[in-house]
Amino acid sequence: MTDSLEIIDLHAKIEEREILKGLSLTIRKGEVHAIMGPNGSGKSTLANTIAGNPKYTVTGGQILMKGKSLLNLEVDERARRGLFLAFQYPCEVPGVRMSNFLRQACNARAGHELEVMEFYDKLEKKMKFLDIDDAFMKRYLNEGFSGGEKKRHEILQMMMLEPEFAVMDETDSGLDIDALKIVSRGVNELRGPNLGVLIITHYERILRYIQPDFIHILVDGKIVQSGGKDLAGRLEEHGYAWVTGDKPVEVKS
Amino acid sequence: MSAPAPEILSGAYKEGFHDDIKALHKVPKGASHEVIDYMCDVKGEPDWMREFRHRSLDLFLKADIPAWMPGLRDIDYDAITYYASPVDKSANKWEDVPEEIRKTYDKLGIAKEEQKLLGGLGAQIDSEMAYHNIQETLSKKGVVFLSCDEGMKQYPEIFREHFAKSIPPEDNKFAALNSAFWSGGSFVYIPKGVKCDVPLSVYFRINAEQFGQFERTLIVVDDDAFCHYVEGCSAPVYTTNSLHAAVVEIFVKDRARCRYTTIQNWSTDVYNLVTKRAMVQSKGVMEWVDGNLGSKRTVKYPSCYLIGNGAHGEVLSLASADKGMWQDAGAKMVFMAPNCTARINSKSISGHGGRASYRGLIQVRGEAPNCRVQVNCDALILDAKSRSDTYPVMETDGDLVTVEHEASVSNVSDEQLFYLTSRGIKKEEAVSMIVNGFIEPIVKELPMEFAVEINRLINLQMEGSVG
Repeated sequence: MTDSLEIIDLHAKIEEREILKGLSLTIRKGEVHAIMGPNGSGKSTLANTIAGNPKYTVTGGQILMKGKSLLNLEVDERARRGLFLAFQYPCEVPGVRMSNFLRQACNARAGHELEVMEFYDKLEKKMKFLDIDDAFMKRYLNEGFSGGEKKRHEILQMMMLEPEFAVMDETDSGLDIDALKIVSRGVNELRGPNLGVLIITHYERILRYIQPDFIHILVDGKIVQSGGKDLAGRLEEHGYAWVTGDKPVEVKS
Repeated sequence: MSAPAPEILSGAYKEGFHDDIKALHKVPKGASHEVIDYMCDVKGEPDWMREFRHRSLDLFLKADIPAWMPGLRDIDYDAITYYASPVDKSANKWEDVPEEIRKTYDKLGIAKEEQKLLGGLGAQIDSEMAYHNIQETLSKKGVVFLSCDEGMKQYPEIFREHFAKSIPPEDNKFAALNSAFWSGGSFVYIPKGVKCDVPLSVYFRINAEQFGQFERTLIVVDDDAFCHYVEGCSAPVYTTNSLHAAVVEIFVKDRARCRYTTIQNWSTDVYNLVTKRAMVQSKGVMEWVDGNLGSKRTVKYPSCYLIGNGAHGEVLSLASADKGMWQDAGAKMVFMAPNCTARINSKSISGHGGRASYRGLIQVRGEAPNCRVQVNCDALILDAKSRSDTYPVMETDGDLVTVEHEASVSNVSDEQLFYLTSRGIKKEEAVSMIVNGFIEPIVKELPMEFAVEINRLINLQMEGSVG
């Protein structure tokens, strides 16, 4: 399908350890999906595999974006075609100014050099929307940022790059309630018919601010249950043991 | 795409061409007393200089290469030409520079327009300065900017008071070599209280093959004065080796400040063995900004002798060792007076099998209480074939100097690459961003056009450097 991100029977491993064991999921544009799962269920592997992190190897299945396979595409090529990953732990790149980085990324996404004024106008608006200070742009990429600042910056990048499909890898982890509200504001602003979102989370908390259309529960590399937003509440109440049957899922830290 | 991208793909040393320029003067190969006499006759030098040169040659022939300075034993001194010049005198109008030399400089982009941004411009080709000029506003204030040979003739007193006083020919083998065959380079005098805000810039070009360039620079910044001197250099790519052994002596008087910026981009045929030293008097400030991006082998440790109370010395060293290069760079700080401070910030990159070494010496001579030095030295290694070493040496009697030393070695991490490429940035561009970010603390100290040039050269060297 030309308007969806389809994950079909996906198997993936890291360092000879199979993590994803036949995961299937379809995200259409306009939809917000949430995947919830305990530690070690394969949440981050899913995010990294979709984005093409070379540390992970796909051993079976398929990922299609707008009907085209992503599997043979480099990380940067996937991004230029409209995929975005909001990182759980955005890394620091010393000496690279935020403004310079954002401009290069936006130019890459656009496929041509953007008008400088146009770029900065847009940037200023988005920064205002996310309550980001002007001085931020002169700082080096994520260097010395607090956890909240880093996550907010991920959302800023997402707003600037205007992806067609966004995967958010535990964006809520380590955020206080105010930061969570701002981050959610950004995602809700972007929500619409031109964007499909996959929120990956351990906790139900973020789903109070970003209402998903669908919730899936990931256990041991597979989706074991899917449903509407009420699923999150039930999960909160009963814990992950509820979906895995009698045997509680072992929590690995 | 962004500005640096196309250059990443061009991948060539663009200064590697050579031009057929007829030499007016050329001597037989080899380091001999006959060559010295020829040079003295051609230049019309005083007897004291002739004697100084002969004595220096004897020192050179006797001196050994220090044991810690490896990789220099295969230089064939007999294969090198020690003096060659296509010009008889240094022009002070660009139009008076011979056309074929102007063409060379045009190709190197030393365009006339650029001169307007500078306080003065000099251009040396092989042994002699083809051009030297200074803005009238500066010369009216008494600023002197000449070739070193002219400096000796026109300002014999200042010249003789300082020449070889900080770096005598006995200092090391290559200082002796330079002292014997020196030719060209700059003579700069900034009078008391004069602030020379625009840089004085000189471009050194080796054009001849198997050649030795021995320019000599003498800068005197008098009390409360300021100057910024900038040098760049390049050479053709031959299959044989050339030698560049310069000596730079700087005298920073009371409360004066001097900044000396080098962008060294020799071809990988050139042995670059340079002695640079500044004598810094009371409350004076000396700043070396030393960028080494080319050459086969560089051996250079700009130094500050802090001889007056409260003097400050600074070295910002940037070395990029690409295939076939060994950058042995660093700094030397000698504390000889109380309350002096110094800072050394070194960044090196090695890739494609290149080797970068940091060698630093912190030394206290005599009574120098309450001194501090901060040393920061970071290395970025791009692949498993490349190498980086750090050799910090401290010679202090007791706890007279407070030393803070930090060092790090890093790689371009997979994590950083994944992060940048996940935003659509191509891998080569991402590597170049990371590397340019690494050197940013030094590059931001450079004049704009040099910063751009450094980024361009680094990007060239980055090509294909990470998987």
